[in-house]
Amino acid sequence: MMKYEAVIGLEVHAQMLTDTKMFCGCSTRFGSEPNTQTCPVCIGMPGVLPVMNKKALEFTIKTGLATNCKISPYSRFARKNYFYPDLPKGYQISQYELPICEGGYIEIVLDGEAKRIGITRIHMEEDAGKNIHEGSGPYSFVDLNRAGIPLMEIVSEPDIRSPKEAAEYMKKLRTILRYLGVCDGNMEQGSLRCDANVSIRPVGQKEYGTRAEVKNINSFKFVEKAMEYEIKRQIKVVEEGGRVIQETRLWDSNKGITESMRGKEEAHDYRYFPEPDLVPIAADKEWIDEIRSTLPELPDAKRERFISGYGIPEYDADLLTEEKVRAEWFEDAVKAGGKPKIVANWIITNIFKRLKEEDKEINETLLKPKHLVSLLSLIDAGSTSSTMAKTIILDEIFKSGKMPEDIVKEKGLVQISDAGEIEKAIDEILAKSQKEVERYKSGDEKLIGFFVGQIMKATKGKANPQMVNELLKKKLS
Amino acid sequence: MKLNELTISELRRLLDDREVKPGEVLDDIYNRIDAVDDKVKSYITITKDVAYEMAKDAEQAILSNKASLLTGIPVAVKDNMCTKDISTTCASKILHNFKPPYESTVTARLKEQGYILTGKTNLDEFAMGSSTENSGFHTTRNPWDLERVPGGSSGGSAAAVAADECIAALGSDTGGSIRQPAALCGVVGLKPTYGRVSRYGLVAFASSLDQIGPITKNVADAAIMLNAIAGHDPSDSTSAPMDVPDFANVLGHDIKGLKIGIPKEYFIEGMDKDIEDSVRTAIKKLESLGAIPVEVSLPHTGYAVATYYILATSEASSNLARYDGVKYGFRVDGKDLLDMYMNTRAQGFGSEVKRRIMLGTYALSAGYYEAYYKKGQQVRTLIKQDFDNAFKNVDVIVTPTSPSAAFKIGEKATDPLQMYLSDIFTISVNLAGVPAISIPCGFTRDNLPVGLQIIGKHFDEESIFKIAYAYEQSTEWHLRRPQL
Repeated sequence: MMKYEAVIGLEVHAQMLTDTKMFCGCSTRFGSEPNTQTCPVCIGMPGVLPVMNKKALEFTIKTGLATNCKISPYSRFARKNYFYPDLPKGYQISQYELPICEGGYIEIVLDGEAKRIGITRIHMEEDAGKNIHEGSGPYSFVDLNRAGIPLMEIVSEPDIRSPKEAAEYMKKLRTILRYLGVCDGNMEQGSLRCDANVSIRPVGQKEYGTRAEVKNINSFKFVEKAMEYEIKRQIKVVEEGGRVIQETRLWDSNKGITESMRGKEEAHDYRYFPEPDLVPIAADKEWIDEIRSTLPELPDAKRERFISGYGIPEYDADLLTEEKVRAEWFEDAVKAGGKPKIVANWIITNIFKRLKEEDKEINETLLKPKHLVSLLSLIDAGSTSSTMAKTIILDEIFKSGKMPEDIVKEKGLVQISDAGEIEKAIDEILAKSQKEVERYKSGDEKLIGFFVGQIMKATKGKANPQMVNELLKKKLS
Repeated sequence: MKLNELTISELRRLLDDREVKPGEVLDDIYNRIDAVDDKVKSYITITKDVAYEMAKDAEQAILSNKASLLTGIPVAVKDNMCTKDISTTCASKILHNFKPPYESTVTARLKEQGYILTGKTNLDEFAMGSSTENSGFHTTRNPWDLERVPGGSSGGSAAAVAADECIAALGSDTGGSIRQPAALCGVVGLKPTYGRVSRYGLVAFASSLDQIGPITKNVADAAIMLNAIAGHDPSDSTSAPMDVPDFANVLGHDIKGLKIGIPKEYFIEGMDKDIEDSVRTAIKKLESLGAIPVEVSLPHTGYAVATYYILATSEASSNLARYDGVKYGFRVDGKDLLDMYMNTRAQGFGSEVKRRIMLGTYALSAGYYEAYYKKGQQVRTLIKQDFDNAFKNVDVIVTPTSPSAAFKIGEKATDPLQMYLSDIFTISVNLAGVPAISIPCGFTRDNLPVGLQIIGKHFDEESIFKIAYAYEQSTEWHLRRPQL
């Protein structure tokens, strides 16, 4: 049977976190009443003119630098012409020839192997508004609050070979955008959008197959699913003797399939031409250098530093550096005296679980690095058990933000590490459990767990488990 | 003499000396409009109520000695410049009910200078035309001969100035739309350097060519008007971030030794004899004032009209896409969205506008872009270079403004190519982005005005004013008025 490989290129639209729109002074705030964040410019009144938002240019250059792109010293805007009610001017101001950033790459790691995915270009453009189909009348509504919000379009080379790689690329890109603070990366809210050009070819063939463009992938979890479906679909078409046609397909997340939206014949002729209302952009070298100097440490560099500097496992470093705030939280905890490996382990196991439950990022809770450090030292000193630390105490920190030592005192959770007291408890339990003692002695060693459980119960969980274990074994032998 | 027949400078003195009040000037203006506008039809909208309100403010300013350049001066504005809450139609059915919620930069600047808005003047729909016959509402008449066109597209503004229905006016010029009607109506019209005046609020026809400028009764008034409207505007990225000189300062300067270029390509076979005679006589006059005529060549002149009609229509096809019936203006419903778009645009636009939208759409289409739009841009660069080269040797270039005097209504209306050739001498100036003025330089045997075009270097309106003023001071053409 013929083996196929997928060829995927992604076009990602990222809404920039500027305060104002791309070409006017309107606010970019999300979720306001329809058409309240508009002005003559962004609703396309006759006679208005666009003025470029310099912050948006800075953000795009930043992203270009962070993805190893060349920043063009001379760049310009173009008009992309098409009719749609959510596009007030009848054209979108975008870039076509001469985009601001070109020729970069992003590195992804999959199954321990690093791979570079090329970035063809990054350009600026304005977002369209939103059509709202509501009510029973034979009409729709148009909300232009989003019209004119600055977007970056980040176009990858067709270097991606599997849905997993596509997902990994998206994850990495999102991480970079969030590190730079240029986009919040929220796919569900539409501030990060992804269109995919997907084709297949027999393994070994050099030429690309005919590609379909898959649109409307509106959640992170669908990136992989949509690609998987589309690849399978194309393989099926070919194996049944058909031919893949060039078309635009929409991902339907409810049905889990892609469906044809329009064919090549119906494709728009956008009639791009240079935007005469805006002068070409001359980004001078000094300014670019200035922007470069403001770049934060990027995820790859941070990851390397965490592995070599703190000696934490690659897996931990990956997870910690995925979000800048996480990495910073980790480092703050280490700086406050936490042991890197233990801190990392705690974040990834105990803390992540709770963050997921509460759907929060680590900096959005009452738990601060000082809490974790003090909690770890309580465990170290034997003043509390790690079981108690990861249950009752952690709960309470999340709830009230109190310091662990105060919680321990208030709740009377101080661990019993007095050998005499523990031995007394052991003796009592063993006396009550003659049958089990005999069975244990005749070889049923699993019963040790039963004894420990009984003793912990008797001491309301306060007995130092390590001491219980040691003393118990001594008594039973 | 009636007050409406005076110039800005004359009125300025009378107003500042408190010999007349702004309201009295307005009385004469509106009496004149009442008397002649039925015949001339310069205006689309007359803003009498607004004008008298503005006159009150002007009077206050004058009484408290706070008068500016244009305080109390009645000015007409071409109806493609946005005036807040005042109908702005572009002479198009598609904007018949449009009242902008904002003010254009030029009218805002005129306001700062205390002007009074008399009304909004007629034009070819969306400034596309050379006669006002393409207006969606009515055709303006030439005050010198009511059977003839006033030129276009700023025909309403030029006719209003010529007929003393205002003291001065604003026009816009994409391929000659200020200068050609000024020539045909026997008044002064200036197209400033591209970037000299903000386009914010000027309803776009061809963004890389459009420029706003004054139409006035004499050169000094044009300088005053340009002083009021010129200068960088943060709302228009294509407006030049540079200082603006006081253009009135150069008026009266000696022109001895200034070199005036005469492009051989502009005195073509078949040109109207009366026009050629007037222009040649004008050049002799300039020579007698000390200027030195020098023959120059603008070798790509022959390509200008074709280049213009590719680039201007391309931009227009995109600029006019916003009139889709969704947000404002005219709408004709349909069975679905596409149907609504098509009904609205088919019925809302006139035939010349539709012709240009189709031309431009074609020129930008996939597969044709390289052959048309891109080639057009390349030729535009060559035309610019023609001017750069010519200006190495001369201070200004002098040509006829239009190859013919005012033509009869209907004469060219059915032949777009003939109509397009009306702008043959003015179009290159827009493609090159340089400034040019048209001033009266004589009359044909039929007593129709002839215009002399003086073209300057980029941002050198001063040389144009210097020469135009010197010529005007030594002739009396500008003092003649049509009998209505």
